[in-house]
Amino acid sequence: MKAVLLGATSGMGRALARLLAERGESLFLLGIPADDLLRSAKDLEVRGAAQVGFQVCDLLDPTSFAGALKLADDALGGFDTVVVSAGLFGSQERLESDPEFAARLLAANFTNTVLFCEEARKRMLPRGGGTLCVFSSVAGERGRKPVILYGSAKAGLTRYLEGLDHKFRSQGLVTITVKPGFVKTAMTEGLRPPPFAGEPEGVARQVLRAIDRRTPVVYAPPMWALVMLVIRNLPRFVMRRIGF
Amino acid sequence: MKRWETAGVMTELSGWGRYPVVEGSERVSENFEAATRGAALSRGLGRSYGDASLPVSPSDPVAASRRADRLLSFDPASGRLRAEAGLSLRALNQIFLRRNWASPVVPGTQYVTLGGMVASDVHGGNHHVAGTFGEHVRALRMRVADGRVLEVSLDSEPELFLATLGGMGLTGHILEVEVQLERIPSPWIYQESRRVNDIDDLVESLLEGSKRWPLTKTWFDSTTRGPRMGRGILITGRWAEPGEAPPQAPELRERLSVPFELPWSAVNGLTVSVFNMLWFHSQRRGLQSEVVHPQAFFWPLDGVRHWNRLYGPRGFAQYQCVLPIERDTRVVRRFFAVMTKRGCPSPVSVIKDCGREGRGLLSFPKPGISIALDVPLRRGEKTQALVDALNEIVLDAGGRIYLAKDVLTRADHYRAMEPRLAHWNEVRRKWDPDHKLRSALSVRLLGDEP
Repeated sequence: MKAVLLGATSGMGRALARLLAERGESLFLLGIPADDLLRSAKDLEVRGAAQVGFQVCDLLDPTSFAGALKLADDALGGFDTVVVSAGLFGSQERLESDPEFAARLLAANFTNTVLFCEEARKRMLPRGGGTLCVFSSVAGERGRKPVILYGSAKAGLTRYLEGLDHKFRSQGLVTITVKPGFVKTAMTEGLRPPPFAGEPEGVARQVLRAIDRRTPVVYAPPMWALVMLVIRNLPRFVMRRIGF
Repeated sequence: MKRWETAGVMTELSGWGRYPVVEGSERVSENFEAATRGAALSRGLGRSYGDASLPVSPSDPVAASRRADRLLSFDPASGRLRAEAGLSLRALNQIFLRRNWASPVVPGTQYVTLGGMVASDVHGGNHHVAGTFGEHVRALRMRVADGRVLEVSLDSEPELFLATLGGMGLTGHILEVEVQLERIPSPWIYQESRRVNDIDDLVESLLEGSKRWPLTKTWFDSTTRGPRMGRGILITGRWAEPGEAPPQAPELRERLSVPFELPWSAVNGLTVSVFNMLWFHSQRRGLQSEVVHPQAFFWPLDGVRHWNRLYGPRGFAQYQCVLPIERDTRVVRRFFAVMTKRGCPSPVSVIKDCGREGRGLLSFPKPGISIALDVPLRRGEKTQALVDALNEIVLDAGGRIYLAKDVLTRADHYRAMEPRLAHWNEVRRKWDPDHKLRSALSVRLLGDEP
């Protein structure tokens, strides 16, 4: 496997990159800042990756996408897998009170992630496809009080990825949508973990299995598939009353 | 990292003994270097038993290293490893045991960070040959109290380096650790074990075993009195040769978990007597030799997650001391007599002979016999009185206690045991005159302002 990873310096992306490194895959890291990428590249190298390159690429700056992916392509000799786990997170309160931050989060988690995937798709399709694995969220499954803004961006992203998979799977491009529930990472530090909270390493193992088996949708931890099945089917008058 | 200009996340913090429990503001970040800016203390996996990793007050930010766990370099020719301080020994084992490299010194659990292993200058079953972990540390990257980030080694800042080995995190934040790993013939352990019948037999067998084996330890029954006082099991071992070991690498695993805190302590005189008796008799008569999983040899308790919850809401204390024996070996017997008379139902009690004193200014081990006990916390002053009585014996024998396990020792006892403290204080004063770095332990034992 020759994989490009956007957001592999932290959290679930870091855990997944480590599993790939232990299998001896070739990796190329995108993200910010440069010294963080360098440290992660060294980590993955020691863990067994066949080769690790990196390039600064900011999810908030879509003009950097095409160039970064070209560099990755050159370094890896044509990548066949792209993983996007980068994104911003903010509590509903913060997003409500800080419109400038809200604009940035919505742009990063929806518009720019989509633009990045478009660039990746354009590179992979002509050579027969590959795998595009993107971290969305269970927050996009239903309009929920604590994640209205964050969830709406993830809802859009989920639909985009679903469409991609429908249209391009027959041409060899497999799109995998990862929908993590609550996972204990630095991003969620300080929030009280609900029942069924996952660890990044467990999620990473699930995602890797999905990549290997070309599973289109992954709820992680798996229990969240059941939780969201219930939530998706609750009538609106119930959703108005509960705080979930 | 603007977030760290504020205090961090409020949370309840405690050591592994779950006593005491304090409110603290914890900064958990993959960017540990940024998180230590202005922090009063670093904390790894919280496996020191007492108050070493606890802040003095909620307004003292604690930087948590547990997510800063990247490997930064490894030279397969020399075995030199450099990693971020939050890398756990478990992660290190998972990566390196299968490559026939091991940490040169390991404590009784894998759930410790490299930073914590340096701060406590941990020792293990090979102390009589390998010394403490600090002897194998080549360099550290540290943030010192004035905010600078420095490379610290015997060459660049020898005093700070030596004061940091065993310095309980009070000389600066340990950001990165460079350590020399040990080449091993296989990741499995060849072990021999046998029963020992009383305290004299125990000490003698241990000293005898250490002459022939690189790894030795004994488990003993803390509840038997009279002629069988100090009966136990002697365990000796070495890394297995490739021909003896199974061909595959050992899987590290957790098989059981204590899912919630028990409403009352399951550890009392009765349960421990029964447990100890079963444990003792699980060892067959005569010498038993076998190739075992490294986890079973080094970290048997890691097989049970959250085992500290067995002690119920009150938690427990640990106690570990070293008793010099070159003057008089009967001191161990005296220690046992006081311990069994006052009652200390400790299910996990370990005796180990120590080799040379570590080079860290406050390193725990010194030549002699080290005794480690779990001490269930009981109502009233009984537990404190037990620790005081044991400390009197230690003091009298010229021994000392292990700070990573301590929570009940009195300041006057500690200072009387530790003639090296003046030198260490001097180094600390030089690097941190205002005691910006401090912990609940430094207030309790070193006289820092609360």
